[in-house]
Amino acid sequence: MSAAVAPEQVGTLDPAKKTQRVKARLTSRGATTAAIIIAALWTLPTFGLFVSSFRPEDKLSNSGWWTVLTPEHWGWTLSNYHAVLFESGASSASLGSYFVNSIVISVPATLFPLVIALMAAYAFAWIPFKGSSWIFVTVFALQIVPLQMALIPLIRIFNSPWLDISGSFAAVWVAHTIFGLPLAIFLLHNFISEIPREIMEAARVDGASHTQMFLKIIIPLSLPAIASIGIFQFLWVWNDLLVALVFSGGGVGVAPVTQRLAQLAGQYGNSWEILTAAAFVSIIVPLIVFFSLQKYFVRGLLAGSTKG
Amino acid sequence: MLSVEHLFASGRLASASSSFWSDSGGKLGGALIAVAVFAAVIGLLMFFADHAPKRNRDFIQLILFVLPALVLLSVGLVWPAVQTVWQSFTDDNGKFIAFENFVTIATDPTMRRVLINTLVWVALVPTLSSSIGLAYAVFIDKSKGEKLLKSLVFMPMAISFVGASIIWGFMYTYRAPAFPQIGFLNQLLVWAGLPSQQFTASSPMNTFYLIIIMVWIQTGFAMVIFSAAIKGVPGELNEAAALDGANAWQRFWNVTVPWIRGSIVVVVTTITIATLKVFDIVRTVTGGQFNTSVVANEMYSRAFRLGQPSLGAALAVVLFLMVFPIIMYNVRTLRRYKEAH
Repeated sequence: MSAAVAPEQVGTLDPAKKTQRVKARLTSRGATTAAIIIAALWTLPTFGLFVSSFRPEDKLSNSGWWTVLTPEHWGWTLSNYHAVLFESGASSASLGSYFVNSIVISVPATLFPLVIALMAAYAFAWIPFKGSSWIFVTVFALQIVPLQMALIPLIRIFNSPWLDISGSFAAVWVAHTIFGLPLAIFLLHNFISEIPREIMEAARVDGASHTQMFLKIIIPLSLPAIASIGIFQFLWVWNDLLVALVFSGGGVGVAPVTQRLAQLAGQYGNSWEILTAAAFVSIIVPLIVFFSLQKYFVRGLLAGSTKG
Repeated sequence: MLSVEHLFASGRLASASSSFWSDSGGKLGGALIAVAVFAAVIGLLMFFADHAPKRNRDFIQLILFVLPALVLLSVGLVWPAVQTVWQSFTDDNGKFIAFENFVTIATDPTMRRVLINTLVWVALVPTLSSSIGLAYAVFIDKSKGEKLLKSLVFMPMAISFVGASIIWGFMYTYRAPAFPQIGFLNQLLVWAGLPSQQFTASSPMNTFYLIIIMVWIQTGFAMVIFSAAIKGVPGELNEAAALDGANAWQRFWNVTVPWIRGSIVVVVTTITIATLKVFDIVRTVTGGQFNTSVVANEMYSRAFRLGQPSLGAALAVVLFLMVFPIIMYNVRTLRRYKEAH
């Protein structure tokens, strides 16, 4: 994707061009209106959910969130959040525990594939060997295998007596690591193979081993790519439902917050005081990651946009 | 502020009575140990790589560096995929039945419905998200507040499919016409003087309402890619076209669209593949009921809930066969596009 953004040389514009530009802007008023309408349409559903999650149950189930500014429907509470996060008991959401599970799943499941992919990408790019490009192409081709193709046999492997890890964090970590690898190797290889040959050769002449070059040159120089891919993998794991459903066992001990949310949607389909707060708890981390690291997120998206 | 007190009081209660904190501590500790073990294994590999014998050094080092990835991929992806293909030709007892599972998929009325729904998804989601995304990218290009306007439409990309399904489930909530509506879309109907309706339960339109959720998510992706591509269109091209008397609409079709053709292919194919694989939305909103199931959802249900793993495997193969030509097309077009430029 070409990223050559034409710099706006406002200072050097001649007056004729400037008026032309102003005119263009005025005629595009319709476009601006359309854009604002789309933006509003896209924001409204999340906004409605957010507002509703702070409304007491009796108000929430008897009036729409758009009436909240009228005196009779005015009223706010944190008790929905309290109920989904902290209340304990068989029928409660216990989202606090599931939230911890999501963290425990996501951090290693981001770290493991990144490190393994970095090593592989480095080897494919910089350690000369006859068959290496052929193996790399195969790894690249693996991106087209939908993970649905691997689920049934993989759960069988995890269930086998000599491994017996299904329903544990280990199973979810390993599954996410495997499914994250092809894309991560491909993207990191693209980046690492662009590192100037002189840098690598200078290090080689100085007697650096491959391990040293990997740790002292490759990793520091690839940090931007690592950041982008890491954010992507983290969000993908945090938002995942399929892998969790198949490998986590579904209990409060391992299942992530998305899986609990899906369960709640089935159980309490109409208890919106639970669902609104629970949904917001589950999306808050991705939203924070998204808004604080949007630059890397977009960069990752532009670099490669197929997954698993 | 009763509720805040409430929150803190029971927060304390929870820490005193329940095992939440000790459980969580245990889980986090477990994760730390796992990371430490992982680091030790990697460290060991690197140690061996560093002390490899002089002969064939490069080869041994290459092997050690790619070993973890190759082992995981062959055991966890290649071999399982082969097994799934084999399983799709057997019944649930492992007996070879050739194409019977696929015949079932093609002829069974429920399955036919699943295939048709999937085709509707594939026809609508990429088209709608790409065109809305492209229009929006053009509208906001170089406008004031472009960054903010971008973030707003892009934001759903960060939200999980499950979260998005809840958000839209709330939009679609139904209350009988006599009661106040709490779902915004039904309120719109009421304001327009129409009766409220059960959006997600009434076939066949409910598939369309589920599709809207996916469009809502994918439009941001299309918009971001197109926005970057549009900024690469040389200003002189547009100016020359304007001098020749082309209006904005003509410039869009004759300058912008041809220039960003490569991006359009990437976006449409990427969204198509994502659409084929998405099962979370259907599962969360309707659970596949009311004639809404799609291949990815049906694959999960058959294999993991209804105890029909062979049929599930066959559905996974169908999914693969649907994804495969799209990716091939994508690779070929991109290569041709690169050669031409």
